[in-house]
Amino acid sequence: MHERHEQLPTGLRGFLIRMGRIDRRWIYLAVAISISVPMLAGLRFPEVPGRMATATFDAIETVPAGSRVLISYDFDPASAAELEPMANAMLHHCASKGHRIVLMALWPLGKQLADDAVRDILLEFHPEKVEGVDYVQLGFKTGNEGVIKLMSTAVAEAYSADAKGTPLAGLPIMEGVRTVGDFDLVVSVSGGTPGSKEWVQYADGAMPEAFTFVTGTTGVQASQLLPYYPKQMEGMLIAIKGAAEYEMLVTSKYPVDHADDRLSLGRKRMGPQFVAHLLIIGLIVLGNAAMIAGRGVKGGRR
Amino acid sequence: MLKRVIPLVILSASGLILILSYFSPITESLSETVVSWFNILAGVAFVLGAGNLLAVNLEKISSRRPGWAYAAITLVSFCVMLIAGLVKWGAVPNADHPNVHLAGSQDSTQAAYGWAYEYVLSPLTATMFGLLAFYVASAAFRAFRAKNFEAILLLGTAFIILLVQIALGAMLTDWIPANSAFAFLRAESIKAIVTETFQTAGMRAIMIGIALGTAATSLRLILGIDRAALAKD
Repeated sequence: MHERHEQLPTGLRGFLIRMGRIDRRWIYLAVAISISVPMLAGLRFPEVPGRMATATFDAIETVPAGSRVLISYDFDPASAAELEPMANAMLHHCASKGHRIVLMALWPLGKQLADDAVRDILLEFHPEKVEGVDYVQLGFKTGNEGVIKLMSTAVAEAYSADAKGTPLAGLPIMEGVRTVGDFDLVVSVSGGTPGSKEWVQYADGAMPEAFTFVTGTTGVQASQLLPYYPKQMEGMLIAIKGAAEYEMLVTSKYPVDHADDRLSLGRKRMGPQFVAHLLIIGLIVLGNAAMIAGRGVKGGRR
Repeated sequence: MLKRVIPLVILSASGLILILSYFSPITESLSETVVSWFNILAGVAFVLGAGNLLAVNLEKISSRRPGWAYAAITLVSFCVMLIAGLVKWGAVPNADHPNVHLAGSQDSTQAAYGWAYEYVLSPLTATMFGLLAFYVASAAFRAFRAKNFEAILLLGTAFIILLVQIALGAMLTDWIPANSAFAFLRAESIKAIVTETFQTAGMRAIMIGIALGTAATSLRLILGIDRAALAKD
């Protein structure tokens, strides 16, 4: 096999053609640098809360203090980088408002994430909260949307006891809860299926006026959920950007006096995202410039 | 015969009960039973999934197919997690039942299962998701080309979303007064137009199509017209 030598144009055109053929490992290196440097340098940019973040904040804020809130951890560690910041902020928001919080998971690994949030957020910033009275962890249940469907008619059919095995009938927080409609607010932090879409279809759709429903979702899933906002979903946080904006709103109204980095993860992660987005924009421009420059050149990109 | 008739009867009855429960409270308790059974079967599916995982990977190892070493790693990891979870190795004793080992909690990193979750599973799955950033960047460079009108539309939309999802979008357009005739050019307005108008309209069309298709397929299954899901005689 012999090497093929091509006569490329000189100057800018030749440079662009050569750039168009750049090895993908250089791109990987550029991505690694664009993410790691801002992360290590702690690069941050000011975020202005958008309409969706404000709607989410208002939806949780307008539910009367002491209301019963169901937070479903419908994600796993794969999407935790994107969803954990908003889940943490939502939990802190609900606890600060004095809501009684019921946690559950439709994903097998969601329960551990909810446990982490209880330890690192709920009990860290609200140590006065009592398990079984102010909050309870129901844990994971198999059945995907079947669990939601069952909860919309009888919560006790889906969960007879909490994650520690205590019967729900004996927990003050669950007094008077028959169906999911007995909650005032339902929050689904969703990384896919089952998640927010199923909550709308099987719970919110079955009893549209019974409770306020807000969601936090990954960027890739957002397009599937946007049709439900703002009618079925009163609030919606999309990806890290939504988390960062919402964190700003929550921490400005309910500041914490220590370990505030746990409630600024979204804002911290916007720095790397800023540079990575600029890199991708630059790569798209470069790729198109290389395509135009390569027209008419043998082996050039068309 | 029975292989097809009995599943068909169960399928049709379950489907009809679930549909009727939306219209009549009489069938509500029946629908709860059906959904409870669905959830139990979903739990059993985990066992079937595990059995399938074992069968596929054991076959790969025994026939020394390419990548059989990965299959071996999968099986070892599966068995380690399963055993650690079942025997609750290192579980933190339960305060109410300190002498009952199986009543202990294995959520903390003191337990083998909790440790494996925190320090192996969690970082590995996050890494797999994180790798997407590299592939997306590479794919954007190689495939996002303005070759025709449709591609230009896609490219333009991607540009807008990439910009408005970071603070630069606001920085570039904040000078436009929010109450002027050109306010629609501000980053948040452009984002709202793209996502809440064009994207939502497109998604609604797709969702309506999917819903109609789902309803039609469900009816075909419930009425026994479509029997592809059933076993062959």
